[in-house]
Amino acid sequence: MPAALDILSILLILANLCLLGSSRLAACIRAVALQAVILGAAALIANRGELDARVVAIAVASTLIKAGALPWLLRRAIRESGAVREVEPFIGFTASLLWGVGLLGACLLIGARLSPHAAQGSGLLLTVALFTTATGLMVIVSRRKAVTQVLGYLAMENGIYAFGMAFAIQEPLLVEMGVLLDVFVAVFVMGIAIYNISREFDHIDTDRLTALKD
Amino acid sequence: MLWLLLLIPTAAGIAAMGLRNPAALRRTLLPAAAAAHTALTAMCWAVRPEPVLDGWLGLDELSLLVLSITSGLFLAAAVYAAGYLRREPPRKTDFQDGGLFTDAPEARFVACLLLFLATMTLVTLSRHLGLLWVGVEATTLASAPLIYFHRHHRSLEATWKYLLICSVGIALALQGNFFLAVAATGSREVHLTVEHLQAHAGQLDPVWLKAAFLFLLVGYGTKMGLAPMHTWLPDAHSEAPSVVSALLSGALLNCAFLGILRVHALMGVAGLGEFSGQLLTGFGLLSMAVAAVFIIEQADYKRLLAYSSVEHMGILALGAGVGGLAGMGAMLHMVNHSLAKGMLFLLAGNILAVYRTKTAPQVRGLLQTLPVTGPLWVAGFLAIAGSPPFGLFVSELVILKGALQQGQTAVAIGYLLLLGVAFAAMARIVLRMAYGSPAGIAVDPERSRGAWAVVPPMALGAVVLALGLCLPDWLQSALTEAAAAAGVR
Repeated sequence: MPAALDILSILLILANLCLLGSSRLAACIRAVALQAVILGAAALIANRGELDARVVAIAVASTLIKAGALPWLLRRAIRESGAVREVEPFIGFTASLLWGVGLLGACLLIGARLSPHAAQGSGLLLTVALFTTATGLMVIVSRRKAVTQVLGYLAMENGIYAFGMAFAIQEPLLVEMGVLLDVFVAVFVMGIAIYNISREFDHIDTDRLTALKD
Repeated sequence: MLWLLLLIPTAAGIAAMGLRNPAALRRTLLPAAAAAHTALTAMCWAVRPEPVLDGWLGLDELSLLVLSITSGLFLAAAVYAAGYLRREPPRKTDFQDGGLFTDAPEARFVACLLLFLATMTLVTLSRHLGLLWVGVEATTLASAPLIYFHRHHRSLEATWKYLLICSVGIALALQGNFFLAVAATGSREVHLTVEHLQAHAGQLDPVWLKAAFLFLLVGYGTKMGLAPMHTWLPDAHSEAPSVVSALLSGALLNCAFLGILRVHALMGVAGLGEFSGQLLTGFGLLSMAVAAVFIIEQADYKRLLAYSSVEHMGILALGAGVGGLAGMGAMLHMVNHSLAKGMLFLLAGNILAVYRTKTAPQVRGLLQTLPVTGPLWVAGFLAIAGSPPFGLFVSELVILKGALQQGQTAVAIGYLLLLGVAFAAMARIVLRMAYGSPAGIAVDPERSRGAWAVVPPMALGAVVLALGLCLPDWLQSALTEAAAAAGVR
C-alpha cells in the first residue's frame, strides 16, 4: 500500500502548511497533534508486513503522548498563563506560507537526491519528513510566543521521527521509549517555564526576554 | 556495580523529593549520596566492572575518566551546597533591581541535583549512541530547574534560553543518530553500540557518516558550548546558583564532549578521521576567538568565567581535533579545567554572598575582605589562565607540543595568540578585584559562609596544583588510553 503512505504524506504537508498559516494557537496545536496521528498511522502501514507487538506498542504510545498528552499540557499552559490566543508572528502568515512552499520545493530537490537510498519506495515520505523538520525550525525562529516555539520543537521532533520511518530505521524499544519520555518531560518542563514566564512578566513573548546580553 | 552507580543518585533524588522535612536529613543525604557515588567510582578504577544490559552500559577508559571528574566535582559541590542551603535565607531582595524574590523549594533543588548526577552518569556509561542521546537530553531537563532556583526574571530568562536552545540542538543530534543508522543500513535492526559500529566501520557509507558527524557535532556542540552555538551558556552560568554553575561548567560540558568524541572515534576507524579532526580544530579555534572577544571588557565576573568555559571547551575540541600528543593533552586538560573552573565558580559564590554584586568593577580588595576566598580566587585565576605551577599549564603546553609535532604550525600560532589574549584580558579584571582597598564598597562579611564554603574549592585547587607538580605514571597511562578510546591517536 504505497498509495496509502503517499496519501498520509500529503496530509502531513497540509498539516505543516496549517501550522505555518494559522493565526490561532489552538489551531496550531491541532496541526501538531494531527502530525502525530498521521505518523502513528504511517508507522503501522509501513510495517504492515511484520506487525509485532513492539511496532504497535511504539506507534500507539507515541500517538497517545504526542497527540494526546502534549497538546493537553500546552493547552493548559496557555489557559493558566492567560496568554493572548493569537500567534503573533515576526513573519506574516502569507509570507510564512510562501516560505513554506519554498522550503517544500527545496526539500523535494534534496529528497529526490536522497530517495534512492530510502526504503520501500517512500520517496515522498522522505521529502515530507525533511519538510516537517524545516517547518519546525521555521516556526521556532519566526514566532514570538514561547508556546509556539515549543510547537516548533515538537514539529521538528515529528519530522525526525518521520525521517526514521522513511528509512525503516528500527531503534530498539528502550531507546524509542527513552526518546519519547525525554520529549514528554521536555514539554512538561517547558510548560512550567511558560507558566512562570507569564506570571513573572505578564506576557510570554520571547523577543522581550532581553535582560541578559553582552 | 554499574547499576548501583545509576541507582544511588536516582533513589536518593526521589527520596529527597519525598523528604519535605526535616531539612537537616536532606542536607545530609546529598553529600552522603555523592560520597557513595565517588567511592563506587573509585572502586571502578581498581576493578573494571563488566558491561551490563547487552553491553549497552559499560566503562571504557574514556567513560571512566569523565565519570571520575563528574563524581569528584559533584562531591565537592554537594558539600558546598549543604553549607549553602543552610545559610541561604528563603526570601531576599534582588540586588540588581531591588525586587523581592523567593527560592524554589529546597527539596526540589536537592532532588534535581541528584537526578542531574544520575543523568550525567547515564551519559558516561552509555555504550549505545541512542541511549547516550536519551541521557544528554535528560541532563538538560534535570538541570533546567536548578538554573531557576532563585526565582526572578533573569534566571527565568536564562532557563528558557537553556531549555529551548539545548533541546533544539539535541534534536539535531537525534537527526544525526538517524543519519548514522542510515549509514549502517544493510542490517535492518540497527546496532548503534560503539563496539558494533567500530567493528563494521568499513561498511559504513562515508557520505552519510560525514552528515551524521556534522549533525552530532552541531547538536552536542550546542550543549558543550562551542561557538557559535554557545549563546545559552553565559546566561545560564551567570544566573544559576554558583554551585550549579560549577557543575554545569565542570561536569555537564564534558559529558556533551564525550558524545562528540564517541563519533569522532568512529570516524577515525572508518578512515574519515581527518575530516572530523579538521572540523573539531576549526570549531575549537572559533570558540577560543569568540570567547576571547567577550572576555575583554566583561563586566560581570560570573559571565567572565562562563566565557572562559567556552574558551576551554574550544581548547578541548582543538586538542582532540589535532590528535597525537595533543589528544592526550586534551584529556588532561579536561580534568584540569573541570577542577579549576569548579573551584572558581564556588569561590564566585562566596564573593557574591559578601559583596552582593556580580559587577567586577564594584568588587575591590578581596584579599583584605575575605582572607581565605581572596587568595584562593587569585590562585584559581592563575590556574585557569594556565600559569605554572598549576595543571593547566602542563596540559596547555602538551597540546601546543602536540600541534607542533603534527606539523600544524598555523593552528599552534593561533592557539598561543588566543590564549595570550584571554590571559591578559582576564588578568586585568580578576586581579583588580583582588587588590585595592574595599573602602567605600558596601561589604557584608557577616554573610560569608564559613568552612563549608572554602574547604571544597580549596580541595579542588589542591588537586589542580598537584597535577601541575607531578603527573603519576598510572594517571598518564590512563589518560593515554582514554585518548586512544576517543580516537585521538
